[in-house]
Amino acid sequence: MSAPLVEVTDLRKSYGDRVVLADIDLTVHRHDVVCLIGSSGSGKSTLLRCLNLLEQIDDGVIRFDGEEISDPRVDPRAVRRRIGMVFQAYNLFPHLTVLDNCVLAPVRVHGVARAEAVERARELLDRFGLSEHVDKHPDRLSGGQQQRAALVRALCTQPELLLLDEITAALDPELVGDVLTIVRDLAEAGTTMVLATHEMSFARDVATTVCFLDGGRILEHGPPASILVAPEQERTRQFLRRVLPGTG
Amino acid sequence: MSDWTPSERELERRAVRRRQATRSTVVATGVTVLVFGLLALGVVSSPGWQRVHETFFDGFHARESFDAILDGFWINVKLFMICEPLILVLALAIALARNARAAWLTPVRLLAALYTDVIRGVPTILLIVLFAFGMPALQLEGVPNSALFWCGVALVVSYSAYVAEVFRAGIDSIHPSQVQSAIALGLSRPQALRHVVVPQAVRRVVPPLLNDFVSLQKDTALVSSAGIFDALFAARDYGNFNFNYTPLVVVAAFFVVMTVPLARFCDWLQRRWMERERAGAL
Repeated sequence: MSAPLVEVTDLRKSYGDRVVLADIDLTVHRHDVVCLIGSSGSGKSTLLRCLNLLEQIDDGVIRFDGEEISDPRVDPRAVRRRIGMVFQAYNLFPHLTVLDNCVLAPVRVHGVARAEAVERARELLDRFGLSEHVDKHPDRLSGGQQQRAALVRALCTQPELLLLDEITAALDPELVGDVLTIVRDLAEAGTTMVLATHEMSFARDVATTVCFLDGGRILEHGPPASILVAPEQERTRQFLRRVLPGTG
Repeated sequence: MSDWTPSERELERRAVRRRQATRSTVVATGVTVLVFGLLALGVVSSPGWQRVHETFFDGFHARESFDAILDGFWINVKLFMICEPLILVLALAIALARNARAAWLTPVRLLAALYTDVIRGVPTILLIVLFAFGMPALQLEGVPNSALFWCGVALVVSYSAYVAEVFRAGIDSIHPSQVQSAIALGLSRPQALRHVVVPQAVRRVVPPLLNDFVSLQKDTALVSSAGIFDALFAARDYGNFNFNYTPLVVVAAFFVVMTVPLARFCDWLQRRWMERERAGAL
C-alpha cells in the first residue's frame, strides 16, 4: 500500500482547560472515505478543522502527503489550497453569484485563467443539476441547492482531500438524498474524503473506515461492517441504538 | 486527562513559534523606528524648519496660552458631552422612522428621508452660523436665547442626519431571517426591531459611529465661528495678539488627547462582543 495521504498521531486540542480532542490517531489513504460519527460535541468538526489548519493544535503531529503540516513553519495556505472543505452552514459568499463563488479560488489562488475556471465550474454545476442557477446569488437558492453549490465550489480547486463537515445536517430528508448522491458519486470516482456525518446508512454504504468519536477520543474505528453492525464498545452500541431506531 | 505532558515535538514546535514571534517583534520594532526616524529627519531637515519651529512649536507660548485654551476647551467638552447622547437618540429615531412599514407612518417616513437629504446637504458651519445668529433673533419664549445653546442645537441637527444613515445601514445589514425568526416567536415588528435587529445593528456600526463621534468632537470647534470663546477661539485670540501660532498646535493636542481614549474604548467594546458571540466558531 502507498504512503497515506493523511496521518494523524497523538493529536490533542484544547480550548483553555477544556480538552476537545485527545490521543487522536487517524490514517487516511488515497481514495479512502473516512466517516467520523459520534454525538454533537464529540469533536468531529474540530478534528476536521485541525486537518485544514483552521485550528492550532496543542500536541501531536499531522502529516499530509508525507509532510508534517503541523509544523509552524509550514505555510497554511499552501496546505489549504490542496484541501477542499464544505461546511454545515454552506458558507457561500452572499455577494457573489453561484458561478463567481466557484471561480473565485481557482482564479485568485490557483492562477487558472478565468475562462478555463468558468468552463470547469459550469461543467460541474451542470453535472450537479445547478445549470439554471449559475448566475443567481446564493440566498435565492434552496438549502439543498446551496449545499450542492458549496460542494462544487470546493471541487473547483481540484482538491486532493475533501473535508465535509455535517454537510447534510441543515437539510430536509429529501434534499439530503440529493447531496449524498453527489458525495457517493465522488466516492466512487475515487475522491479522498473525511466527513463528519449523522447519516448512518450513508456511512455504511460509502465509508471505507468509520471512526466513532466520544468525548474527543476515537473510541473505535474500522470498516463500517464491523463498527456499525458489531461494535466492541458499549458506548458505541449505545450511540448506535439511539441513531438507528429499529435496527439495534 | 490531567496527566498529559507536552510531547518532544510539541515543545519543539512551541520553541519555533516563540522564535517566529520574537522575529516578528524585532521586524516590527525595526521598521517602526526606521520609518518614524526618516519622517522626523525629513521634517527637521527641511529649509523652513527653524521658522516653523519658532512660530508653531514654542514652549513659552504653549505654556502662556495653556490656561486660556483649557478654559475654552471646557466648552468644547461640554458641547460634545451634551450633544452626543441627544444625537444618538434622535438619529436612531430617524433611522427607525425611515424603516417604518406601517401605512399611517408614511408621512413620518418621508419627513425623515427629507430631513437626512436636506441637512446632509448643508455645510455644518453654515448650520451653526444660521442657528446661532438666526434663532435668537426669533425671540422665542421659553427657550434659551444664547448663541451657545443654538450652536449645540445646530450640531445635533447636523450630526443626527449623518448618524441616522449609519444606523439605517446597520439595520439594513441584518439578515431578514432574523426578523422572520423573531416574528415567528410571536414578537411584533417593533418588538423585533427593538430586541433583535437594533441590538445587532448597533454592534455592527460601532466603528462608523466612532468615526462620526470623533468628527463631532472636532467640529465643536466650529462654534468659534459664531463668536463663542471655545478652545480654538482662545488660541486664535492669543495668536493674533502675540504673533505666534503655537496655541493652535496646543489645541490640536487637546483634541487628540480627547479622541484617542474613545477610540481605544470602542475597540475594547467590540473585541468583547466578538469574543462573547463568536466563541471559536467560524
